[in-house]
Amino acid sequence: MYLTETITAIATAIGESAIAIVRLSGPEAITLANEVFTGKDLTTVDSHTIQYGHIKDPKTATIIDEVLVSVFKAPRTFTMEDMVEINCHGGKIATQRILRLLLAQGARLAQPGEFTKRAFLNGRIDLAQAEAVMDVIHAKTEDALKMAVSGVDGKVSQLIQTLRSEVLTTLANIEVNIDYPEYDDAIEMSNHILKPRLEEVQVELEKILHQAQTGKIIREGIATAIVGRPNVGKSSLLNRLLQEERAIVTDIAGTTRDTVEGTLRLGHIVLNLVDTAGIRETADVVEAIGVEKSRQMIEQAQLVLIVLNNNEPLSDVDRELVTMTADKPRLVLINKMDLTNQLDLTELQLAENELVKISALEDWGLNQLEGRIQQLFDLADFTSEATENFVSNVRHIGLIEQASQSIQAALEGIALEMPVDLITVDIQDAWQALGEILGEEAKTDLIDELFSKFCLGK
Amino acid sequence: MKQYDVIVIGGGHAGSEAALAPARMGLQTLMITGSIEMIAHMPCNPSIGGPAKGIVVREIDALGGEMGRNTDKTNIQMKMLNLSKGPAVWSLRAQADKVEYPQAMQETILNQKNLAVLEAMVEEILVDEAQQVTGVRLETGDIVEAKAVILTTGTYLKSQILVGHTATDGGPSGQRASMGLSGNLQALGFDLFRLKTGTPARVATTSVDYTKTTIQPGDDVPRTFSFDTPMSEAKNPDDQLPCYLTYTAPETHQIINDNLGESAMYSGMVEGAGPRYCPSIEDKLVRFADKERHQIFLEPESKHTPEIYVQGFSTSMPHDVQEQMLRSLPGLENCEIIRYAYAIEYDAIVPTQLWPTLETKKVSGLFSAGQMNGTSGYEEAAGQGLIAGINAALKVKGEEQLVLRRDEAYIGVLIDDLVTKGTDEPYRLLTSRAEYRLLLRHDNADLRLRPHGIRVGLIDSERKANFAMKVMMIEMELARLQTLRITPKAATNAYLQTIPTAAIRDGISLYELMKRPEIEYHHLAPLMPIPAHLTAEVIEQVEVQIKYEGYIAKAMRQAERVKDLESKRIPMNLDYAQVPNLANEARQKLGEIRPLTIGQASRISGVNPADISILMIYLKSLKRSV
Ligand SMILES: Nc1nc2c(ncn2[C@@H]2O[C@H](COP(=O)(O)OP(=O)(O)OP(=O)(O)O)[C@@H](O)[C@H]2O)c(=O)[nH]1
Ligand SMILES: [Mg+2]
Repeated sequence: MYLTETITAIATAIGESAIAIVRLSGPEAITLANEVFTGKDLTTVDSHTIQYGHIKDPKTATIIDEVLVSVFKAPRTFTMEDMVEINCHGGKIATQRILRLLLAQGARLAQPGEFTKRAFLNGRIDLAQAEAVMDVIHAKTEDALKMAVSGVDGKVSQLIQTLRSEVLTTLANIEVNIDYPEYDDAIEMSNHILKPRLEEVQVELEKILHQAQTGKIIREGIATAIVGRPNVGKSSLLNRLLQEERAIVTDIAGTTRDTVEGTLRLGHIVLNLVDTAGIRETADVVEAIGVEKSRQMIEQAQLVLIVLNNNEPLSDVDRELVTMTADKPRLVLINKMDLTNQLDLTELQLAENELVKISALEDWGLNQLEGRIQQLFDLADFTSEATENFVSNVRHIGLIEQASQSIQAALEGIALEMPVDLITVDIQDAWQALGEILGEEAKTDLIDELFSKFCLGK
Repeated sequence: MKQYDVIVIGGGHAGSEAALAPARMGLQTLMITGSIEMIAHMPCNPSIGGPAKGIVVREIDALGGEMGRNTDKTNIQMKMLNLSKGPAVWSLRAQADKVEYPQAMQETILNQKNLAVLEAMVEEILVDEAQQVTGVRLETGDIVEAKAVILTTGTYLKSQILVGHTATDGGPSGQRASMGLSGNLQALGFDLFRLKTGTPARVATTSVDYTKTTIQPGDDVPRTFSFDTPMSEAKNPDDQLPCYLTYTAPETHQIINDNLGESAMYSGMVEGAGPRYCPSIEDKLVRFADKERHQIFLEPESKHTPEIYVQGFSTSMPHDVQEQMLRSLPGLENCEIIRYAYAIEYDAIVPTQLWPTLETKKVSGLFSAGQMNGTSGYEEAAGQGLIAGINAALKVKGEEQLVLRRDEAYIGVLIDDLVTKGTDEPYRLLTSRAEYRLLLRHDNADLRLRPHGIRVGLIDSERKANFAMKVMMIEMELARLQTLRITPKAATNAYLQTIPTAAIRDGISLYELMKRPEIEYHHLAPLMPIPAHLTAEVIEQVEVQIKYEGYIAKAMRQAERVKDLESKRIPMNLDYAQVPNLANEARQKLGEIRPLTIGQASRISGVNPADISILMIYLKSLKRSV
């Protein structure tokens, strides 16, 4: 069994903070740590205490770092196993050496999320919590962190619970009709009554899914491609947005040869920006390879920023880019607004809110650009409050999708005039899928509901 | 001193099946009962079947039990419930004749080869040092030996009748309670717990003014429970007795509320947990205070006694209050009370002490079935009695035990729930307890279970042949409908529109056509000759299987997934202390229940998915190290 092994890992992100924590969990966590520690005998200290000392290579007797060591004894620990946390401040290299020392002593390098998995396997946390903790590990921004945390203390569970109990009420009503056919106090759940109820649930589920999609954007960032002809100012725009000289800017067309990337926090969302090589045009013939490459970039992107030059007439490349992105979230940026206007866009028939006028050189119009992007992702009025209601985990989203499909199947069954006991099969599935998000299945709920809602029996 | 293969203690509905099965399987069997006349007696209302329970009766019949056939012989009303809903929840309910039902069962039992009946009280179950049952000692001191013993003592263990503030030792219908056996079982190490149930008053048929009630007739077509009762022997629907519906009046509620302190239930006299689905009327009033009226069904009990059962009106009020209460019901103003309502409290065995075979874990060869396992209802009792009888016989014969899965039978759901989760109130089957109820239908009980009945030897050769024939006919007809095609000819479409159903544009098979909700099998007749040899049962099966094909297939896929867990066996005597990393609660629960499969383990409350994966991995490592 895997749980008999002691695992270790650097718990803090490398290079991010001054203090690094090396964590151990498993039956030999304390003895292993003790072998590389000088100070008090860790095997005899009380649980949940912190010891001062040094980490020393037992073979060469060289001191590696000055540390604080926390000892936690099972079962009152995160993983419910013995745990040790070594807080060191010697920087990246010292931290790595401590880790290697522990591995040499017989610990195994933990897989990503393995501490959480153990906590789950040991029954410390339920599945929803475990998965939320997993998300914490990957959280990128404050909001994502908030979402992940709200999962931990049961916000996701609460959201699902509410919807699930609505489904349960419907189910209980159907069940009463079936198990007590002569009981006259419960309305007969005909398909006719069922339909609007299920449609309501479906709307709710879709809302959650929509929000989840937004949640995903918050957590993972929006893949954003900056495309346009050479020299229109793509790299200048990237640098302005990132507020650093990430890409080289010259007045020579074709400066950017390969892609340049950067991450931008825009209020509550993250843009993963990619600056691309400009698409060339020789004697009005669009260079096929350049277009092809841009097409790929555009396909992968969730948002496309097309940069045009206010100072030049519209070209075939510009037209091609606009057509290519017609059904994608995109914005058409008219750069170099500080120069005289030579560009006429009337033939493109763009909507007013697709156009943003900017000057990368003089740094104006960028606030408006950011506003437009937020609008585009329906996040303009995205308050921190609202973030708490996102379902952020891929598995949860999958299960909600499953529930939504089951409700859909029930609605299709109703359209086919299937009898109600068959329709309930799908409703039950939806109920179960929602229950699975909480990691527990609760069949008896239904029977409890039956007898608490209805006065039954002889 | 006589030696038997199997002894059955008790002659109720569990005991009757438990005794008939081993005898029919060729084993020397003895039924010990307090009174032969009370065999298969019906102390509560003589209703048999209903949702889930009706399907249990079909299952008993499919396996080779007696309840279905006996009901067919003695019913005074039959009704198919939930017909407006789908086939998964159709269920038959009968009003049995309270006098004829036990008589017919007694006749069957007394005439059964290999089965002896003894009127006596059992004092002690005899067990040797190896914890193997060896027989029983009677009150008289006599000892009867047996290789297996089945307990089916119903509500008679240390039972007390409660009316108002008085409690008297005794079982239902004035029979003696069994006082010694409880202590004996505890001495053997069994945990017992106390349960409560009740039964309402009976009033004289002639004293009711039916004009103030609504008549509730039975079906107007003949119906039968048993797969083997020929239609010619079904009761004539015209001879049925109807039921009647009335309601509690505001005055009734007033009387009850004024006298709550008089009720045994509310005066704190009752220790046992009462069933939620069989609450007393005072319970209903307290728990659902804003409900203005409650339904009361008046059910005739027999053609031979002038008694009406007042269903929905159980109570443990003193007699004088009961009288006032009854007379406040519309139609019962002048009723004559023949028997008063009472509550009864009794000992039951904690059912998690049983294997899924219904053998006790503590004493080898000792089985337990019926109400004493914490269930309520005749059907639940009979289903368990049959399984205990079959398994006791199989054990004596040294053959493999019979455990029905949850996707295979309501009886499987019932027993699995009992032995895996236990119960704290008398357990009643509900269709909602079954996760695969689309597979557990009224119509296919024989297809599901008759093969088991044949395997254990409860189905004689004639019934075996009939069954094989039915299975073949269904398959042939399904295949035939797939090959028969109709094309959009004018005449064909003209006929389809008369049904009415939409005209066809391309050729389709009759199988496809049957899938339309409005098409019934008989609609196909003008399109093709219907084979004359097809029985109504075969046609019903063909209809259900085609119409609900998609749903049934889906349920089967789901069941298949779980079956996989069900086939992963856990050694009977696994030492859970040796399994590392189990959560404490799980370790304790698993050690207590000792599930036989991973599937069963996963249903124990307090055992979470993490524990299951740990257990699975441990079992794997055990296998590897062997
Ligand atoms: N006047 C003016 N000049 C600008 C503006 N934005 C960029 N430029 C200038 O235009 C030239 C090209 O800018 P880049 O940002 O390198 O253009 P690019 O689109 O990345 O070009 P390639 O990488 O070659 O495809 C530089 O000289 C910039 O200073 C603007 O808003 N106004
Ligand atoms: Mg560039």
